[in-house]
Amino acid sequence: MIDFGDDSVWMSGNEAIALGAYEAGVKVASGYPGTPSTEILENLSCYEGVYTEWAPNEKVGFEVAVGASFAGVRALATMKHVGLNVAADPLFTASYTGVRGGLVVIVADDPEMHSSQNEQDSRNYAFAAKVPMLEPSDPAEAKELLKLAFAISEEFDTPVLFRTTTRIAHVKCVVKKGKKLSSSVSPGIEKMPAKFVMLPGNARSRRVVVEERMRRLREMAETAPYNRVEAGDTRRGFITSSVSYLYVKEAFPEAAVLKLGMCWPLPEQKIRDFAASVDQLVIVEELDPFLELHIKAMGILCHGKDLIPNQGELNTTIVRKSVDPASVTELFAPVALPMRSPNMCAGCPHRGIFYNLSRMKLFVSGDIGCYTLGFLPPLSAMDSCVCMGASVGIAHGMAKALGTEAKGKIVSVIGDSTFIHSGLSGLINTVYNGSSSLLIIFDNRITAMTGQQNNPASGCNIKGEAANAIDLEALCRAVGVRHVDVVNPHDINGCRKVLEKALERDEASVVIARAPCVLLPEMKKAKHIPYSTRLASCTGCMACVRLGCPAISWNPLSPQKVKALGYKEKQKGFALISEVQCNGCGQCQALCKFDAIVRREA
Amino acid sequence: MGAQGNILFSGVGGQGILLASEIMAYALLAAGYDAKKSEVHGMAQRGGLVTDQLRYGDKVYSPLIEPGRADIQVAFEMMEAVRYLPYLHKDSTVIVNTQKILPPAVATGQTSYPADVLDHITSLGIKVVLVDAFDLAREVGEVRTANVVMVGAASTFLPMDASVYEGIISARVPARFLDVNLQAFAVGRKVSQG
Repeated sequence: MIDFGDDSVWMSGNEAIALGAYEAGVKVASGYPGTPSTEILENLSCYEGVYTEWAPNEKVGFEVAVGASFAGVRALATMKHVGLNVAADPLFTASYTGVRGGLVVIVADDPEMHSSQNEQDSRNYAFAAKVPMLEPSDPAEAKELLKLAFAISEEFDTPVLFRTTTRIAHVKCVVKKGKKLSSSVSPGIEKMPAKFVMLPGNARSRRVVVEERMRRLREMAETAPYNRVEAGDTRRGFITSSVSYLYVKEAFPEAAVLKLGMCWPLPEQKIRDFAASVDQLVIVEELDPFLELHIKAMGILCHGKDLIPNQGELNTTIVRKSVDPASVTELFAPVALPMRSPNMCAGCPHRGIFYNLSRMKLFVSGDIGCYTLGFLPPLSAMDSCVCMGASVGIAHGMAKALGTEAKGKIVSVIGDSTFIHSGLSGLINTVYNGSSSLLIIFDNRITAMTGQQNNPASGCNIKGEAANAIDLEALCRAVGVRHVDVVNPHDINGCRKVLEKALERDEASVVIARAPCVLLPEMKKAKHIPYSTRLASCTGCMACVRLGCPAISWNPLSPQKVKALGYKEKQKGFALISEVQCNGCGQCQALCKFDAIVRREA
Repeated sequence: MGAQGNILFSGVGGQGILLASEIMAYALLAAGYDAKKSEVHGMAQRGGLVTDQLRYGDKVYSPLIEPGRADIQVAFEMMEAVRYLPYLHKDSTVIVNTQKILPPAVATGQTSYPADVLDHITSLGIKVVLVDAFDLAREVGEVRTANVVMVGAASTFLPMDASVYEGIISARVPARFLDVNLQAFAVGRKVSQG
């Protein structure tokens, strides 16, 4: 964030949304980390007068926001697109209860799957849950629209969905600071059972209210300034929203555009008038044909996904070429290069467990986090990964399907934060319904993949203040797991024995692999004593190289060089540890049978 | 004014690319341009590819640079200079840090680092500036200022005076690292001024 002194600040979409929430007078905000939404709560937690927290999952985060709204304050929940699936249950009924204080749910979609397992289009939730959805195009608009979202929520008695994408969340531009607003609602306990208690009799009455609200919202959408027509060449007109609007403006700067800041409900009359004013109408939107389907349902002829791809991100070039295939740009040809995939860090505790799993011929049911990188070569030790918490249920399902054939062959792996998010209910099921699958919990004390957020097992809250730390061993025992082992994942040979023993059991067991993430601030500050290679002893066996540690590199040698260095004739090269990158975990030393890896003297 | 341009930063997670692109963005904003910048977060930070895309002009809509329209590429690693060739045009300038960072498949002996990456990029007729940023940073006394060396080298291809960047570096960098960062900026600038 940079302040230019005239209330203009250079900030990302997520920083702008945090500022917008502060200016809107949000009092309570909860959520679960997930790229590209994470930095919203991180930034909001730095403002005075706003309570923020990391919830164990998105459902709880949303319910906390609903509670705060019922108590009459403005409330925010944040999550990534797949998180809204988890929070969908309360969303669909909060649509009926409506709100007291303004209630906004930010959902950050990830077209192109930069950091996600699917690229679902969350706009479909607005239609399905019968709630309005706002969609900004850039950080500056995000801040302004978010403030409006709270006003809409209170005026129309509805939760409001607010959708961003990676190219809004992680884009920076100049944003103007604005006035701090406050809610017209008074905080306090108000008993409103007909509105808040959704049993069938009350819900049927609220169902009618929902329809009336959506009718009023449709009416409002017709005149809302953020659903605006930008006059231009009417031979080809565009209806668009979100970041797609920016690509249309660059690809076809002269064209007439209807820019929708609210993508649900749609302003039908405004769309009809715009469609009638242009010769040809093109709907430009990322992912699903959401606007297109609803506009076609109005009986309006238009182009959409017949031209524009429904997969991946759009950009200016894609929009231009899809609509106008004759446009060509001469480009330098791409060059085939080795991939540069992400990797677990040097000294990452997950690597030790995955090294063992890669050699134990098991089916590894994986989960969502840094440890999903265990899938990549050279370890290649993950065989499935579906969604948060799924590893446990999938392993149990496979065990039940295969019976004795599966014994000792299936293991599930999950991180501490993901286990708390939704793995625990899977473990309860494994014990209750009796399968012998083994669960390994990677307890690195933090939610690492999204950039080091504290969680209920970390012992700290979102602000880094001391908080209760869940006792994972006691928790697993409490749900009925009788065998809970704690291992140091850096001790590769010791872990192997514990894992083998656990796999022999005829009942559920848990192994907690506990070592802190090397990116934790205290681990970064700690003085690591690095390991180094005694080149004279290295036989080029590659045992350490197969760990895939970024601090270890393989150096191939020509036969002449092999001879010059005095190595055996068949040696092909040597391994070298970069002392700068080494974090001193010692996993490689445990694998070296030739004493070629030594720890520098402290 | 009226000028506009696109700057593509490419490299590997952990090289300080974010700070480099921030300094250049601030310099363009201080000169009165509108700007937008797209960053990569999340999975790519774990040693994967990093690209930052910075666009400036009177009014910038899209946060993404179109293929064939990057005017300047600031490449923090040799192979990552070549990977984004389709983003360049014949009048582009590429500033290349002549450092090699081995990707996992190379470090584990599965494949080799392409030997001719620099030859390829210099054979295309585009302007190429080679910067040994890591060594220059070591010479000024702090290897972690390699990113600021790269900013210095890139700065001569934009219309702002050195003082604009120096002001921004002074505001951004902690006092005890300020001198070394200003020196890193100066040596980088000298490389591209020849």
